[in-house]
Amino acid sequence: MRFVLALIAALLASGSAYAVQPDEVLKDPVLEHRARDISSGLRCLVCQNQSIDDSDATLAKDLRLLVRERLSAGDTDEQVRTFLVQRYGEFVLLKPTFGAHTFLLWLTPALVLVLGGFGAYAALRRRPRTVAALDKAEQEALDALLKRDQDAL
Amino acid sequence: MLVEAGHFALALALGLSLIQFVVPLWGARANDPVLMRVAPATALAVLACVGFAFVALTAAYVTSDFSVLNVVENSHSTKPLIYKISGVWGNHEGSMLLWVLILALFGAVVAVSKNTVPARLQANTLAVQAAITFAFLLFILTASNPFTRVMPAPGEGQDLNPLLQDPGLAIHPPLLYVGYVGFSISFAFACAALIDGRIDAVWARIVRPWTLTAWAFLTLGIAMGSYWAYYELGWGGWWFWDPVENASLMPWLAGTALVHSTVVMEKRDALKVWTILLAILTFSLSLLGTFLVRSGVLTSVHSFAVDPARGSFILGILIVFIGGSFALFAWRAPLLRQGGLFAPVSREGALVLNNLFLATACATVFIGTLYPLALEVLTGEKISVGAPFFNFTFLPLIIPLLLLLPFGQTLAWKRGNFLGTAQRLYAASGLAILVTLAVLAFTAGGPVAAPLGVGLGVFLILGSLNEIASRSWSKGSPWAVVWRKAAGLPRSTWGTALAHAGVGVTVIGIAATAWGVESLGTMKVGDRLKAGSYEIRLERLLPRVEANYREDVAILMVSRNGQELGNLETMKRLYLTRGMPTTEAGIMTVGLGQVYASLGEIQPDGSIGMRLYYKPLVLLIWLGALVMAAGGAISLTDRRLRIGTPVRAKTLSAASVAAE
Repeated sequence: MRFVLALIAALLASGSAYAVQPDEVLKDPVLEHRARDISSGLRCLVCQNQSIDDSDATLAKDLRLLVRERLSAGDTDEQVRTFLVQRYGEFVLLKPTFGAHTFLLWLTPALVLVLGGFGAYAALRRRPRTVAALDKAEQEALDALLKRDQDAL
Repeated sequence: MLVEAGHFALALALGLSLIQFVVPLWGARANDPVLMRVAPATALAVLACVGFAFVALTAAYVTSDFSVLNVVENSHSTKPLIYKISGVWGNHEGSMLLWVLILALFGAVVAVSKNTVPARLQANTLAVQAAITFAFLLFILTASNPFTRVMPAPGEGQDLNPLLQDPGLAIHPPLLYVGYVGFSISFAFACAALIDGRIDAVWARIVRPWTLTAWAFLTLGIAMGSYWAYYELGWGGWWFWDPVENASLMPWLAGTALVHSTVVMEKRDALKVWTILLAILTFSLSLLGTFLVRSGVLTSVHSFAVDPARGSFILGILIVFIGGSFALFAWRAPLLRQGGLFAPVSREGALVLNNLFLATACATVFIGTLYPLALEVLTGEKISVGAPFFNFTFLPLIIPLLLLLPFGQTLAWKRGNFLGTAQRLYAASGLAILVTLAVLAFTAGGPVAAPLGVGLGVFLILGSLNEIASRSWSKGSPWAVVWRKAAGLPRSTWGTALAHAGVGVTVIGIAATAWGVESLGTMKVGDRLKAGSYEIRLERLLPRVEANYREDVAILMVSRNGQELGNLETMKRLYLTRGMPTTEAGIMTVGLGQVYASLGEIQPDGSIGMRLYYKPLVLLIWLGALVMAAGGAISLTDRRLRIGTPVRAKTLSAASVAAE
């Protein structure tokens, strides 16, 4: 059901699902490959969680063309991204940059792993490592049992 | 009339669930067996009432009763019968009713399993379960009533969203909900144990089948949803890291950890406090998922603020249950005594590591899904967290976990020997490395990640089977003996091996996506388009009219290296009532791979846009999930789960309860 609603939202925003059009494709396969790579990391701003590579919205098409235009003009991948961020804000990046506003986002996985690992280790350490030794009465009872077994043989 | 009766039944269920909540809890405190026995009786009555309400709504859908608002908004008289039925849960109100129906169903099963569950534990568990039922019934009755009438009744309905008119929808939500809601039972058992301040291996043995059932269904539900998105969306992806998908992945990750930690608890009486916490967390994440999807908070923080009635209500439920259970945990958990010693290098130690990685992976999905919302609310700043973030953070957590899996499965309980274990895995790891090298050599020049992934998958499969082999095969023993030994192994051993092998199968399928090829083109009738060694030729373009939609069909001839394999149809549909277009991908399965064609715009000059993919081994992604769920199912038939705990004769047990 959760899926369903995302799909509805995604499709309402984007019409039918059909992304990169044949007429957009660049002649140079290396350049086209870079364009696809960049596109898949850029958000279609009017859709819900779709990259411009997957979206059929008009805006996504404009952005795809823009990316290809900049690449053809000789920009590096990084320059293209910076250009788009300047124009549309960081919202356009599907992978946010590391900074004061996102350090918690980026560091949480590592923090949970390290702290959790430390916690588990500490919990293991705290436990008594060996089983308490038998006291005198228990030892005698055990000896008696063993002796009875031996006698029976 | 039936509709009003259904509405009334829901109100009755609300009252009954309140009784089921209060009376048994009181009975357990006062040690009154009569009051405790109210729990199973009311649980069955609640199921009867909610079941009746569900039947009433279904009847309204089947007979197209357009005096019911919910039916008007989501049905149409020309809709095929199967979608009239599945349309019952293809909308907000109906899906909440299904949620509560499954909740009541699980409660009723706990109620009838009185021979396996001690009376006190049963009473407390059903009371907690009833509290959840009560909250959601109250939500349905006050904020999302499916039985609202409309006056005057319109002559025709507005039809179900075309995307949902698919067999996938008929099965996906019920599977997912059985998974989600199934974890409510583990949650209720955990709360009951905390209320009672008592928890032991018997508790773990009782809870494990519930957790396993929920987990298996959630696995199927997620896989089904993934496959449905794959063929319905038309761009060939199978996982999008969409918040809505993440909402189901989080309980799955936590539930997977829970399935493993209950094993430790059951066998070794250790990890008790953690298992209780995990049971609470898993259901909390299920509730969170319900909130995320139902409140509209995902679409935009603002849409939530504009129409807050439903969202706030579910948020309230979320706060009460998560906050309440955590408070209960903080208060009572220190009372639980730890047992079961083990060395760090042991099966228990490996399962702790498994839980650590799964919990971290779950936390990663959690922060990635909720961080943008939190940041926007707190600072107004908008960022996106999408697939690139999750691939970057999630994979480094999952790959080490998978690499260690066969070792953990082979380690001995209590105190293991890492070198000895590695030795027992010589054959599996050697073969996996050979396969990796062979695939690398065979696909030289291609993506390197794919052969490595295939190697990992093979290692997982062989490592899982190694456990079975080493326990039944020894040098020189005749096959009949080996067979008898293998067949005599506990079903849970087989289940474990199968489920882990299923993970390996899925990993191979995912790795192979790197070998997928894609091509785009504009085609006229007679034109060809090639992707890898597969080629399509556009044979014909024709319009077609069905009861509730119109479509343009492209008929393609698929061939491989010049040899014709058969026809494929891909459509662009227009659903008439809503005027909504959809794309139906044409899929041909060749072995375990698929040829996937998706029709684009049709130009005035008769040429069409076409997207063609060849996806080798892609079916393994979902087959692996099926194998995992099958492993869970086999484990459920294990003798110790079938037989249950020994109980005294009826007369005696009543007396002993009274004496307690």
